[in-house]
Amino acid sequence: MVAFIVRRVIAAVLMLAVVSAATFAIFFLIPRALGQTPEGMASRYVGRDATPEAIQGAVKRLHLDDPLIVQYGRFAKGIVAGEDYSLGPRKAECPAPCFGYSFNNNQPVWPTLLDRLPATMSLAAGAAILWLIAGVSIGIVSALRRGTALDRAAMTVALAGVSLPIYFTGLVSLSVFAYTLGIFPGGGTYTGISENPVAWFQALVLPWITLAFLYAALYARLTRAGMLETMGEDYIRTARAKGLKESTVVTKHALRATLTPILTIFGLDVGLLLGGAVLTESTFSIPGVGKLVIDAIRGNDLPVVLGVTMFAAFFIVLANLIVDILYAVVDPRVRLS
Amino acid sequence: MRKTKALALAALGTTLTMGLAACGGTAGGGGNNTGSGNQGTGASGTAFNDAYTKLVNASDAKGGTLKFALTDEPDSTDPGNTYYAWNWNFSRLYARPLMTYQPAPGEEGLKLVPDLAEGPGQASEDGKTWTYKLKKGIKYDDGTEVKAADVKYAIARSNFTSELTDGPKYFAQYLDAEGYKGPYKDKNLDDFKGVETPDDYTVVFKLKAPFSEFDFLVANPQSAPVPQAKDTGLDYEKNVASTGPYKFESYEVGKQLNLVKNENWDPSTDTTRKQLPDRIEVQYKQNADDIDQRLLNGQIHVDLGGTGVQPAARAKIVGKPELKNSSDNPYTPFNRYAMMSTKVKPFDNIECRKAVQYATDKVATQAPWGGPLGGDIGSTAMTPTTVGYKPFDLYPNGADHKGDLAKAKESLAACGQPNGFETNIAVRGDRVKEVQVAEAMQASLDRVGIKATIKKYPSGDWSSQYAGKPDFVHKNGLGIMVAGWGSDWPSGFGFLSQIVDGRFIKDSGNYNMMELNDPSVNELLDKGIQTTDTTARNEIWSEVDKKVMESAAFMSFVYEKTLLFRPSNLTNVYVHPAYGMYDYTWLGVKQQ
Repeated sequence: MVAFIVRRVIAAVLMLAVVSAATFAIFFLIPRALGQTPEGMASRYVGRDATPEAIQGAVKRLHLDDPLIVQYGRFAKGIVAGEDYSLGPRKAECPAPCFGYSFNNNQPVWPTLLDRLPATMSLAAGAAILWLIAGVSIGIVSALRRGTALDRAAMTVALAGVSLPIYFTGLVSLSVFAYTLGIFPGGGTYTGISENPVAWFQALVLPWITLAFLYAALYARLTRAGMLETMGEDYIRTARAKGLKESTVVTKHALRATLTPILTIFGLDVGLLLGGAVLTESTFSIPGVGKLVIDAIRGNDLPVVLGVTMFAAFFIVLANLIVDILYAVVDPRVRLS
Repeated sequence: MRKTKALALAALGTTLTMGLAACGGTAGGGGNNTGSGNQGTGASGTAFNDAYTKLVNASDAKGGTLKFALTDEPDSTDPGNTYYAWNWNFSRLYARPLMTYQPAPGEEGLKLVPDLAEGPGQASEDGKTWTYKLKKGIKYDDGTEVKAADVKYAIARSNFTSELTDGPKYFAQYLDAEGYKGPYKDKNLDDFKGVETPDDYTVVFKLKAPFSEFDFLVANPQSAPVPQAKDTGLDYEKNVASTGPYKFESYEVGKQLNLVKNENWDPSTDTTRKQLPDRIEVQYKQNADDIDQRLLNGQIHVDLGGTGVQPAARAKIVGKPELKNSSDNPYTPFNRYAMMSTKVKPFDNIECRKAVQYATDKVATQAPWGGPLGGDIGSTAMTPTTVGYKPFDLYPNGADHKGDLAKAKESLAACGQPNGFETNIAVRGDRVKEVQVAEAMQASLDRVGIKATIKKYPSGDWSSQYAGKPDFVHKNGLGIMVAGWGSDWPSGFGFLSQIVDGRFIKDSGNYNMMELNDPSVNELLDKGIQTTDTTARNEIWSEVDKKVMESAAFMSFVYEKTLLFRPSNLTNVYVHPAYGMYDYTWLGVKQQ
């Protein structure tokens, strides 16, 4: 087990190095290859009336006139050893891991990411619990009551959940439950759990439900399909023939086999969400990683986009690792050694 | 001719309305329309556009929290490093420049009054030296007194450093400070010769050339004082030394700004601001449609951007009289227009430019902005809220504004292109309204045989790499460019100089995209800015406007308007004409 984890961690680090090189190339190499000049890139970080001297100043400050390999080396070194940036009369320290410095909002990227992470984790964790419980439960019931009105109703709702975009369900839920009925607070009310747990919970109920609605629908359909397939297996017939209770057959034998692929997808989904639930955070104005990256894309804030990409890649790699380890727990046929 | 008269009448009506409002006194003097409606319903006993001409929900009640929300975030909260109109309005809550605009709706609001200064600037005979005396006893929020050197330092840091790049650089352009390296490279402020401070209360600006509108320049937040010891460069925005009625309590970049009362602000030195709410909260990066919902529900008080509600809320407001009566439809400082490149064939021939002027269906190009609520159809370079504006229309395109195709064809024949020609319309591809305008224009021009291809470019590099780069414009045959401009100060010079002065044509970051370099326009701009008599100066701006329009290279689509909503729990509301949005320094809240 330990050797497996060490192997996977090394592979994960290598993977992140590749991701960093690839994303750096996308944001810096390709534009240069397409004719973008250092001044053109620097002009994104200066005001609309910037003088040529100011643009040149930004080129120097951001080292945009260095060869790209040197720029990438500086970026990689910043992650390991940190970097300092000039703010005028003083320098800003960007300690390791320094993922760059955003000159759009005058902040190092890493602390900004850490600042945004709790909101994203709160959203992802709550929604994941909801969709896993609701999605799997509905999927099981639907599979066991196949062809009934209950099955059809559940699958219709699931189809709606998959089909409706979050910005639609989010805005409708805000309009109905927040601004018409007044049951929940409106958008922009997210508060940190340490500041006010009650306000934190109230502000997240609608985003949780909105996000979980989409995923629960997917999971219900997946669980239903998996259960229907598993329930037709020989070993289920054998279990029933042995006289086991139906609840035992379903939970201990059928569900366990069904859960294996669902767990894989669950891990990846949560990993992806930790990199930012862009639509949900934007709709409900939650200051999370997803909102940060979409704003950074709009504002051409490349260091932030690069940082979030690395951040998201880290969580996906981590989620994969955890899923692989959990496989052994869920499915005894899998041995990590 | 008939339409010219109609336009003139319309503008006269606007002016009269504004003038009448002005006659009613400053914002503080009017306003017996105290709102008393339910929260968020907008049923406050006020009428549509009331706050455009008078003070609405007048109240001197103190207390409560004034809540703003914004879809974006500021370029910087540092008064010396910002170029957003709403931020120039908002920053006055904590930063006092030498001069500011009179707090009044209508034309009165375009007049300047002293703020940090005791009076308007005293110009030397040659117009190259401007002296301001500071009011005594004005303090920062930490209780220390504002000194003239702090104003000098503020000008130096905001205009002569390569770090603070977001604001305009007018002082660097006009001050006689050749060779000055800026305070971050040269710590000795005495080396900055463009501003002198003979004593602690006198600031003297030394200019390269006479500049009669210098009072407008020092109404910019960049003249708000900054103590050198407290300047942390780009980080200064996180804790600005306040001279206004509010000071920073906390600022989370990209998330939230909280202001609280500044106990060291003395209202006896400040006749232009109020200090009504106990606290001001600003949420950044909020969902645009959700901001509107919260505004309609009274959960927030103001959309800070001042650009108006989104289409969904607009439809809701227009459809319900009780909501419409709580909304205002002011002009913004923006003209939305197309420029035709005088260097791209066949637009190097004025007749071809005229053909476009006549052929364009201006009702169709008005529609993307939201129809009449989004702006009045334009015919000049200057906008109606610019001092010196006079209405005229050199290219009347039909009584219904849908185009005069006969005149267009005449112009095409005169241009030597009787069957039309091919050209390109450049547009910022991520700006939906501008793309729709380009499409409307494309359809209009097609009626006379002008085949236009729409070329979309990213707005981030629009000015530096594409339409603002003459070389790119020529190589790619960008005959028509869809753009917009809002003045930095509401005079003809403030509006026109950057976009029509041929000497401002730059290799990159060029706003005179038509590349108009008419010596008579340039000379008039010089003459105007050296003319001290205001009436004579305003006549010159009008003349410049006419000259520009005679070139036929500039075609206005709309004088932009916006639809602002004021919840009934917002008090002391009026539209400040200098910003085209509510005066943020006057607002109060009705406590529930």
